[in-house]
Amino acid sequence: MLWEVDIYPRPDQPNLAAQRLKAEAADLGLAPALAIAAGWGYLIQGNLDRSQVLRLAAELLADPIVEETVVAPVGDEVLHRPRAGLQQVIHVLLKPGVMDPVAQSAKAAIADFGFEVEAVRTLKKYWFSPLPEETLQWLCAKVLANDAIEQVLVGPLRLTHLGTGSSYEFKRITVSIRAMDDAAMERLSREGQLFLSLAEMKAIQEHFRALGRDPTDVELETLAQTWSEHCSHKTLKGRIHYRDESGERRFDNMLKETIFAATAEIRRRLGQRDWCVSVFADNAGVVRFDEQYHAVFKVETHNHPSALEPYGGANTGIGGVIRDPMGTGLGAKPVANTDVFCFAPPDFPAERLPPGVLHPRRVMRGVVAGVRDYGNRMGIPTVNGAIYFDPRYLGNPLVFCGTIGLLPVDKARKEARAGDLIVAIGGRTGRDGIHGATFSSAELTSQSESLSGGAVQIGNAITEKMLLDVLLVARDRGLYHAVTDCGAGGFSSAVGEMGEHLGAEVWLERVPLKYEGLSYTEIWISEAQERMVLAVPPDHWEELSALCASEGVEATVIGRFVPSGRLVLKYQDQQVADLDMEFLHHGRPPVIREAVYRPPAIRPLLVSQWPENDATGTLLKILGSLNVASKEWVIRQYDHEVQGGSVIKPLVGEASDGPSDAAVLRPRLDSRRGLVVACGMNPRYGELDPYWMAASAIDEAVRNCVAVGADPERIAILDNFCWGNTDRPETLGSLVRAALACHDVAIALGTPFISGKDSLNNEFRPESGEPIAIPPSLLISALGQVDDVGQCVSMDLKEVGNELYLVGLTHDELGGSHFAFVEDLSGGQVPKVDAVRAREVFKAVHRAIATGLVRACHDLSEGGLAVAAAEMAFAGGLGAELHLERVPADEQARHPAALLFSESNTRFLIEVRPDRTAAFENCLAGIAWGRVGKVTGGDRLEIMNHGSPVISADLKLLKETWQKPLRW
Amino acid sequence: MSARPRVLILRAPGTNCDVETAFAFERAGGQAERWHVNRLLEAPQRLAEFQILCIPGGFSYGDDVAAGRIFANQLRRHLADAVRQFKDADKLILGICNGFQVLIKSGLLLDDDPGLGPPATLTWNDSGRYEDRWVRLRVRSAKCVFLRGIETMLLPVAHAEGKFVPRDGVALEALAREEQLVLTYCPLRDENAGFETGTPYPDNPNGSVADVAGVCDKTGRVFGLMPHPERHIDPFQHPQWTRGKAREPGDGLQVFQNAITYFS
Repeated sequence: MLWEVDIYPRPDQPNLAAQRLKAEAADLGLAPALAIAAGWGYLIQGNLDRSQVLRLAAELLADPIVEETVVAPVGDEVLHRPRAGLQQVIHVLLKPGVMDPVAQSAKAAIADFGFEVEAVRTLKKYWFSPLPEETLQWLCAKVLANDAIEQVLVGPLRLTHLGTGSSYEFKRITVSIRAMDDAAMERLSREGQLFLSLAEMKAIQEHFRALGRDPTDVELETLAQTWSEHCSHKTLKGRIHYRDESGERRFDNMLKETIFAATAEIRRRLGQRDWCVSVFADNAGVVRFDEQYHAVFKVETHNHPSALEPYGGANTGIGGVIRDPMGTGLGAKPVANTDVFCFAPPDFPAERLPPGVLHPRRVMRGVVAGVRDYGNRMGIPTVNGAIYFDPRYLGNPLVFCGTIGLLPVDKARKEARAGDLIVAIGGRTGRDGIHGATFSSAELTSQSESLSGGAVQIGNAITEKMLLDVLLVARDRGLYHAVTDCGAGGFSSAVGEMGEHLGAEVWLERVPLKYEGLSYTEIWISEAQERMVLAVPPDHWEELSALCASEGVEATVIGRFVPSGRLVLKYQDQQVADLDMEFLHHGRPPVIREAVYRPPAIRPLLVSQWPENDATGTLLKILGSLNVASKEWVIRQYDHEVQGGSVIKPLVGEASDGPSDAAVLRPRLDSRRGLVVACGMNPRYGELDPYWMAASAIDEAVRNCVAVGADPERIAILDNFCWGNTDRPETLGSLVRAALACHDVAIALGTPFISGKDSLNNEFRPESGEPIAIPPSLLISALGQVDDVGQCVSMDLKEVGNELYLVGLTHDELGGSHFAFVEDLSGGQVPKVDAVRAREVFKAVHRAIATGLVRACHDLSEGGLAVAAAEMAFAGGLGAELHLERVPADEQARHPAALLFSESNTRFLIEVRPDRTAAFENCLAGIAWGRVGKVTGGDRLEIMNHGSPVISADLKLLKETWQKPLRW
Repeated sequence: MSARPRVLILRAPGTNCDVETAFAFERAGGQAERWHVNRLLEAPQRLAEFQILCIPGGFSYGDDVAAGRIFANQLRRHLADAVRQFKDADKLILGICNGFQVLIKSGLLLDDDPGLGPPATLTWNDSGRYEDRWVRLRVRSAKCVFLRGIETMLLPVAHAEGKFVPRDGVALEALAREEQLVLTYCPLRDENAGFETGTPYPDNPNGSVADVAGVCDKTGRVFGLMPHPERHIDPFQHPQWTRGKAREPGDGLQVFQNAITYFS
């Protein structure tokens, strides 16, 4: 019998789902008068009678105080009687095979009643007054459902049973690659979603010709996964011939010779004092934290899945990066998450949306909800992030997720050994995410939705939390030799990497499946979430198995590591793959690319076109611009307090609503040693010069850490390059130029890169017209440390009468600035970084903070001095007065526009008590500084230039202007 | 009785505040153990080894179906006898956030009214979303053991389903008469305001009826609350500690100390 239980809020309760839907429809321009009723429900298949289902409705599925139910067999007319006078009913169901955690939990809870239940699915139900067909279609496609994961059924449900998969009959498939010509191989690569180049296909052809046989489908897939851009980073680790205005350079391995080289040089200089532990080797970078623990950090992107299904893409993005620290060393405990997003502006006109593209507002809501639901459920505080808006992210949003973990110092190394069992632990394997690794390396097209639906998935955070709980116990009991996560490429990548120097044999029919019907290839390359692989010595298997069983976590032996140098896959004793590990990991022909950078002509920014007498207006425009505006709506949806370690929160100040420069947390409740987390990113500078964009991003990430109290000699950084199609020499050229800056600035600042990731081909190809490439987007994430969190400071002004200092030199650097953006001016000098001097500034500011001389400190970034002063004032609820003629600046920067709004790097606005000024100034020997003003109290920000007012504004107005745009 | 009362921190799949809650009980002088619910299901009689039972925050079973519901049904269906004996033995039970949701939905905190069902529930915030913010709380009665000697507290809330809703006016009145509505939200900036008018959003963060943030049973020994006392036991957790507003210890520690002191 197939039962349906529909649930609605009682008439005296708000219908939140209907309200949300109305708001979203109104966002997209549909008349707000739309009448909607909304409910949700369960389809329950099993040997159940009516009284049993009524009992489930009352005791499990609904809350009688706030909800009412309708219970009947599917198809019964009582289920589609008009509701609230609305006649048109629409059902939204997840497509079969899409992860449905609620249904899974409900099924287990129903079974706990002792009832015979076979399958459960959830549904959403909407009621409308009769609508024109066109409006209905539009609503279904744009608001009610996402075709990538959901299906819409208009009218009454006509299901008779819930599909539970059909069985699979083994059939070994080989691909006759040996006989193919170039065109056939290119077609195979594209249509089979292998996304390999012709040269790579030819290398495979040659390999199998020499072996005298054709590959099986799973062998080809394994090669495609391992050789994918996503897994091997072949472009940036490849040969690049780079040219720019000062000459040319040939790289054998670009990343190795720039970013990795910088870290190697820093470590060499540190010698005995080297505090890096493992860089660019494991699933996350590892640095020393204290005597007992190392800190690990990894940041990943999940861009293409988030473009198609924002909730699921972001959800599995954060779920995936959490598994990176869990799979680092023998497993780190996650202690904090970060997230940075890039979207098109949310006010993008809905009618101009290209086909296949979701509206940016919907993307943003979905992405935020996806990160929220996963991170909060995992019990990991999300402490730092940023959002950047630019129309070029329309078809290709960026979603960066990071996780920091703590790793016991004696658990930092891992190595699978011959004879170890290969154990799959955590979630089951389904068809989800098939071709995710190769898909994320391809450009998005307007066809992507239908082509790659399988690459979209939903996570189940609780499965991962359960996995984490047992993993840490198993780690501490020493039950395994190695661990890694199943990310892109699934078992293919995880087992392939762990067994690279050894060899492995896998028995695919043993893998626990979500449903029947998966072929051996699908099992091998599935990217189902929440799975990890362990190398378990046989004599520990029993204990591990019992531990997992005691907490309801599934662990299964799926193979064995053998010293054969080969990867052998079997399905029911039939061999389906036999690959040479050497060929798999080193057989790929090198990628060779041309890269060129041509600097654009520098044009002056014509300040004369700026109405100088309305500096207050300019300040308000910048505060209300999307990149600067408060992100409180997002931040409050994340649990940033869980684990109890939060010291400097993302929102600070008198009313807990000011923008903190960085987050500080105590990962150990019994210690006052702290971790500091911040980021830097400036896509707008990239158009002027990617070199200075990268340098600025590093300076920003580091100065954010320093601003709250981090020791600048102990800051590790991470790079995430998101670029357009690097087959174009100009696109790759701008990336190489950014990487060169990473090298130079990291060494000069002494801030080693410890981990990184790149995501290339971030372009959207509309049905007609040119592809839209994202702007070069380099995210720098920083992980700082502080000896005693009691030394930390926040950015809000503290007391009337205190002095305000500007530390660092102001230049005429308005190019790419928010001043230029809001005033619609172009040209100008991009902010540069004098890294040698910057290091001295950072050390001096740190000295002052660590010795307790600083009451508040804020870095100067978007919007320069004026924005920093405004934020400090309204966060502290205290007025301030500044004098521009006291700003330390070079000659060209002596006009008000530059003094107020220049975005020169390495600058801080600092509040100091009058009785500490002498000691504070002593810390600043040899550094540019000026005593620029005072905390006056009151409710105004006043900025003067040679005695005449330039900016005068009420703090309430400044704050409201800053809070309003993204207060959804 | 041992000098250090034993505290059972009962966790389920998705519980995630167990470590810091155990830490808070330890700091208050207790001896805390974290157990997976499966371990107690195997041997419910072992609950008697403890003096305090605490169900901490998190997302038990993902909060799938409704927050706390599945864990609550487990308690109701498999552990009700053990918990009732525990209660009758003059011991203490605390539910924080998800633990409060579990307790109220299990029927162990508020007695069902015969024929009418539970007197109150916790449901979706009026805002329709998860929110993390600091709130000011006022203790409204001396009935609850956990709140002895406390007048107000500053604590963080972090939840999506924390709106307290009574079945009807009669049920609310009955709970008020028994002094079970022990903890309420009050205006963040003025703990003496809001008595008559009620506390508007966001200081009442979820739209709870009568600003209710925590309730106890008729004995005062079973207590559930949405805010997280374990997240404010130390001055560096205070959101304005850099403004010199924090005190040593944090406001929440007293909740745990009261529980421990009850057994001395």
